[in-house]
Amino acid sequence: MNVSSITRTLALLLATCGGAAAQEHALHAAVPSAGPAMSEGKTFTESGGAALYAQVCAACHQAGGEGAVGAAAYPALRHNQKLASAGYPVTVMLYGLRGMPPLGRMMSDTQVADVVNYVRTHFDNPYGDAVAPGDVKAARP
Amino acid sequence: MAEASGFSRRKLISLVGAAAGSAAAYQVMTSLGFAEESPYRGPIRLDGDPKGASVLILGAGLAGMTAALELHRAGYRVQILEYNTRAGGRNWSLRGGDTYTELGGATQRCDFDAGLYLNPGPWRIPYHHHGVLDYCRRLGVALEPFIQLNHNAFVHSTAGFGGTPQRIRTVKTDFDGATAELLAKATRKGALDAEVSKEDQEILIEALRSLGGLDKDLAYRAGPDSAEFRGYAQDPGGGLSARPVDGEPMALHDILTSRLWRGLQNFLLYEFQTTMFQPVGGMGRIGEAFARALPPDTIRYGAKVTTIAQDGHGVTATYQDLAHGGAVRQAQADWCVCALPLTVLSQIHTQVGPKMKAAIDAVPYASSVKIGLQFKRRFWEEDEHIFGGISYTDLPIRQISYPSTGYNAGGKGVLLGAYTWNGPNSYEFTALSPAERVRRAVAYGSQIHPQYRTEFETGIAVAWHRVPFTLGCAGDWTDAARAEHYDNLCAIDGRIMLAGEHASYIPAWQEGAILSALDTVTRLHKRVLAA
Repeated sequence: MNVSSITRTLALLLATCGGAAAQEHALHAAVPSAGPAMSEGKTFTESGGAALYAQVCAACHQAGGEGAVGAAAYPALRHNQKLASAGYPVTVMLYGLRGMPPLGRMMSDTQVADVVNYVRTHFDNPYGDAVAPGDVKAARP
Repeated sequence: MAEASGFSRRKLISLVGAAAGSAAAYQVMTSLGFAEESPYRGPIRLDGDPKGASVLILGAGLAGMTAALELHRAGYRVQILEYNTRAGGRNWSLRGGDTYTELGGATQRCDFDAGLYLNPGPWRIPYHHHGVLDYCRRLGVALEPFIQLNHNAFVHSTAGFGGTPQRIRTVKTDFDGATAELLAKATRKGALDAEVSKEDQEILIEALRSLGGLDKDLAYRAGPDSAEFRGYAQDPGGGLSARPVDGEPMALHDILTSRLWRGLQNFLLYEFQTTMFQPVGGMGRIGEAFARALPPDTIRYGAKVTTIAQDGHGVTATYQDLAHGGAVRQAQADWCVCALPLTVLSQIHTQVGPKMKAAIDAVPYASSVKIGLQFKRRFWEEDEHIFGGISYTDLPIRQISYPSTGYNAGGKGVLLGAYTWNGPNSYEFTALSPAERVRRAVAYGSQIHPQYRTEFETGIAVAWHRVPFTLGCAGDWTDAARAEHYDNLCAIDGRIMLAGEHASYIPAWQEGAILSALDTVTRLHKRVLAA
């Protein structure tokens, strides 16, 4: 007698006979809505600078890059001259800065390059010299 | 509460645990700053006359108020500057009628019914956090058990078992039973002959049989032996239909490949072992009690510190008086205990040496999100017989925690509907509007409790990177940063010294904040007496 196969059969039966609840588990396992999907696992799964900015950076720097002020501040990325040198945002992404965590360590080289390029060409930032994934790779710890 | 980003300390500990057994994992945890028993040994004694010395304390969280309370008792003149209009800092409960405005400007009104609350920050107290427990006793904060492990709560994976939540009881019992059977049979076959004496092998087998729910053939299978551990397909009853029906254990293969065993670690770790506690009425009761214990007007609220200067005679903090249009004011004292989060302090011009400044700048803050959801009825108790405890899931909400109070009384209840700690989902939840965070918590949670769809009433979401007074959840040390900066962070720099969970080896726990403050004021007092 194979206990394991009996258990699997039972689980299957329960899943099919369990009514709406069990079916929902299978159907909506990952997507709760039409909104942007959330990452699975330990790294970000968004692709492209716009999506990465909106779903990660905007958490602190806000949707329009305006930053925010409380007991301390998140710097505005809008019209930010510190972005003139591409190496600066790449370094901040990979090493963090004061309270900011090194978020680039949960992103691929391409993702870091994409989001840095996005920020440097949006929010009134005119810096068109793009960063390549290889630049990010070289800058990693 | 502590867990690290990317390749986390937890992950490392879990890997070490899997590879080398729990003793090795415990050693790693200890070296990383977890699993330390609090060295608190009772109230500190600051004997000797400080001769009217004054101390300016920055931040009215638990660290700042611990420092203020002990220094006041020792005869110091103390004053606290606090950014918020309430005391407690991260020790905080949101109750019905409260409003909360996050960075970015979104304001939420908490519409929970009377008596229901969310603890956005700390929410449970280990029995070995002696400092927190002693202050609760001394300040009259009533405690009740916090249920961390509930065998009848769920572990859930979107992939394992077709996405159907499994009871912790059966996953844990069946995993333990199956591994006990394997080890017992391997022992019988002589696989351990080189490691374990014959006499010990017999005792080992008896222990495995006793603790694993094995039958006389050393098998873990449906029957009265396993049922006494894992429960029954039909529980024993009374009268004619009383006979219990034994349940069929899950196959080890299914448990292993579902990865549901991952969730069980949350009940084994030292910091989560029974007994845990919570204050009756919300964690915020501790901060409120501290504030009441201080002399009237010790705390100046709505004070945003902008610079901290010192010379050979004293310390001057410049601050904006937020209740009066940001009017610039100054506070002066002989000494300063700065209990501001490093996210904030790193942006304040602070007149300290390069070593302390580098330490202040060296610690990123963890990201965390908590979402409280009020439901029309306590369906988890009424339908699923879950009284307190936590279900763990690989969905972005990560956890659902059931209230550890008000059991079996019917009526409404508030669940902790999401609790993320670092990782991508923390940032992704934070980037959403509060309403969308709540909506998603309901949508995800309904995969575990379908009753969400009809019973949900109202929710509130706190994303710690948008909290105006901390800009993050807690100090997220790495071993390398600790080795380089920790001692410099804790040193006294002229007349300035720091306190807070970030200046402790119990990061993100209230105990760390309290012990840090006690250590700091003890060293300060020695210096004052020596002067």
